[in-house]
Amino acid sequence: MEGVAMGGYAPYVWTCFGLTLLVLIINEWRIRVRHTSVYRDIEVRIKALEGHE
Amino acid sequence: MWKWFHQLASPPHFYRIAPVFSTWLLLPGLALIAYGAYAGLFLAPADYQQGDAFRIIYVHVPAAYLSMMAYMIMAVAGGIGLIWRMKLAHSVAASAAPLGAWFTFLALATGSIWGRPMWGTWWEWADPRMMSELILLFFYFGYMALRSAIDDTAKADKASAVLALVGVVNVIIVHYSVQWWSSLHQGRTIMAEGGPAMDPAMLRPLLAMIFGFTLVFGSLLLRRTRTEVLHRERRTRWVRDLILAPEGNS
Repeated sequence: MEGVAMGGYAPYVWTCFGLTLLVLIINEWRIRVRHTSVYRDIEVRIKALEGHE
Repeated sequence: MWKWFHQLASPPHFYRIAPVFSTWLLLPGLALIAYGAYAGLFLAPADYQQGDAFRIIYVHVPAAYLSMMAYMIMAVAGGIGLIWRMKLAHSVAASAAPLGAWFTFLALATGSIWGRPMWGTWWEWADPRMMSELILLFFYFGYMALRSAIDDTAKADKASAVLALVGVVNVIIVHYSVQWWSSLHQGRTIMAEGGPAMDPAMLRPLLAMIFGFTLVFGSLLLRRTRTEVLHRERRTRWVRDLILAPEGNS
């Protein structure tokens, strides 16, 4: 518990580490969502065009 | 060598190999961050002046370093795109901007949180390092706003590349601000004259975090660029073949 308390600076230290983890997770998530969205949009458009041909 | 570069710059080739390189960067990057975070939080001794608050350095420094590196990647890629008209370069520049903005925000936020117990203030408007880092964030916002304001991709690429190149001056100011002017921010620690001004037990986790964050950033950038390439090439033959391939290769 002493290590977690960070000598009284726990709110500052853990907030910074938590924020960093959050930023990494958000970026990873955004990349996946964006890729799926772009891929699906192109897939729908191309398959619609193929259907017309 | 040149042949390899030309092949790498080809959008279909890049699209295929990016996930492989991305995984090679991501896994060791995460391992280094896990080690660096554990060692930095629990194994490194407390600082004799700042106590355990100094441990914020293990996320603040990598974020600040990446905020500048991402900008330099964006500017250099934009410059390459302008001069050599390499399509992939503009995709890299466009993809580096949001990542750089996130790491700049993180550097500012963690710096501000660190400043409260150490300097007694969340923010100091007269501090050159803080202000130049804030201006860096505005450069990122300006770059992304400019890109989205111009519908023609080629024109957006050119205009945003010029803006990115102009902003390099600010990156130089961010880097040297603690040497040129009086600042609340501490001076150079790792690159200090006469070697790093840190105990090796503190320095090792910091280097692991910096290197780990760089690898993870590389992985994120590769995958962001891959999506950007797919979007830009959406009307090309190779994307059509990719989508219609029977095995479905996303």
